[in-house]
Amino acid sequence: MKTPFFQVVLAIVRKDLQAELRSRELVSSMLMFALLSVLVFSFALELDRLARQEAISGVLWVTVIFASVLGLNRSLAAERDAGNLDAMLLAPVERAAVFFGKLLGNFIFALTVGLLLLPLMAVLYNAPLLQGWLLLILFLGTLGFSTCGTLLAAMTVQTRTRESLLPIVLLPVALPVLLAAVNASTAILRAAPLNDWVTWPQILAAVDLIYMVLCYLLFSFVIEE
Amino acid sequence: MATKTLTPTKTTSTTIPRALAALTLVTLLATLGGLLLGLLYAGTDDQQGHIQRIFYIHMPAFFGAFVAFGTTVFGGLAYLRTRQAKWDTLALAGVETGLALAVVNLATGSIWARPIWNTWWTWDPRLTSAAIMALTYMAYLMLRAGIENPDQRRRFASVYGILAITTVIMTLVIIRIRPDTIHPAVIGSSPQNAEGGFGLTSSMLTALMGNLPVWGLLIPVTLMWWRVRLESVQERVEALKARLGEK
Repeated sequence: MKTPFFQVVLAIVRKDLQAELRSRELVSSMLMFALLSVLVFSFALELDRLARQEAISGVLWVTVIFASVLGLNRSLAAERDAGNLDAMLLAPVERAAVFFGKLLGNFIFALTVGLLLLPLMAVLYNAPLLQGWLLLILFLGTLGFSTCGTLLAAMTVQTRTRESLLPIVLLPVALPVLLAAVNASTAILRAAPLNDWVTWPQILAAVDLIYMVLCYLLFSFVIEE
Repeated sequence: MATKTLTPTKTTSTTIPRALAALTLVTLLATLGGLLLGLLYAGTDDQQGHIQRIFYIHMPAFFGAFVAFGTTVFGGLAYLRTRQAKWDTLALAGVETGLALAVVNLATGSIWARPIWNTWWTWDPRLTSAAIMALTYMAYLMLRAGIENPDQRRRFASVYGILAITTVIMTLVIIRIRPDTIHPAVIGSSPQNAEGGFGLTSSMLTALMGNLPVWGLLIPVTLMWWRVRLESVQERVEALKARLGEK
């Protein structure tokens, strides 16, 4: 008898959140990295006020995606090292439920980091980052990264080169998400009229949906043994 | 004793299939014909001069890369369904062929851009996404190299090959959704600030239509066939080596 789909998803998410609340390993290292990255960018680019406003959405998204890579590697490596993946394969559960469980956990971590990063960057770069639309873009963007990231990380943690391979395979595939997210956030920060950029969130949502379906279908091939 | 049993199988597997030999000949002739069409038959562009002729290879080569990467998706899907190694070999052949054609596309584009845009390379959205597309398929090869278990390698490569097609589609559509590109569109109207676009006269159109099936179909199919054959010959060599080792 199979455990119901949503029960499995919830159980995996709860396990990930509980482990994180107790150890605080993942989010704290992601956050520390994000903070450093934002500071390094502001020194490296030697930004004046105008250049900062142009570059800020790029800095935000590059930071969020690299922090996600960090989190994804840890999250899936933990499953492999403890032998959890094999255990989940033995359990009478749907593999797609395992995918959505891991995806939801990774998404929550990445979104948390993004949400904490926004007020911080708003102060450091003196930009109006706390807007409803930007929160929506952050939500959709991190969802897109986490979706293909969860699938690809499940693959790369099983390879010889492990951690170093994930950014190499993830970044090109995540490009459509990155492009739409950066363009939308730049337009929002410039306070451009809604009609000029409203296609970007639409494209972003469409790309998210395509990746979600594609990764959901492909995931069962990645963890079989 | 060993040589006696090995010789007959060796000769049968190293002879080139007649169909492949014929196809290779046709492709060579067609490539030559396509070059003649582009270099001699087509009229000279009145604004760009002779450099415009490179376009007859530039755009068809991208089309060929698209066909090859499409084959990778097909091979990946077929492998995941049937689990026969030959489909994965086809997918790998698609990636390598597509990568070669993508490099032809990038190189010819660069050579054309030098006099027309006055630069070899610019970080235009389409150029960037074409470069990232090539990098994606290099990542595919790296992913393969990182996995030792052959079944796992085939499985993961199939999954990634299917996912990677999104970057190809991205390169195709980016010209329509990013208004700030300077790359001219070939089909339909060019973006507002496209630089170096041109109207096709009838002789130019003939040259393009002549080259499109050559670079878009004949060359990728021939190259992929050779690549698949190379793989099976390689497997044969490995098997024979193993048999020699046993003796």
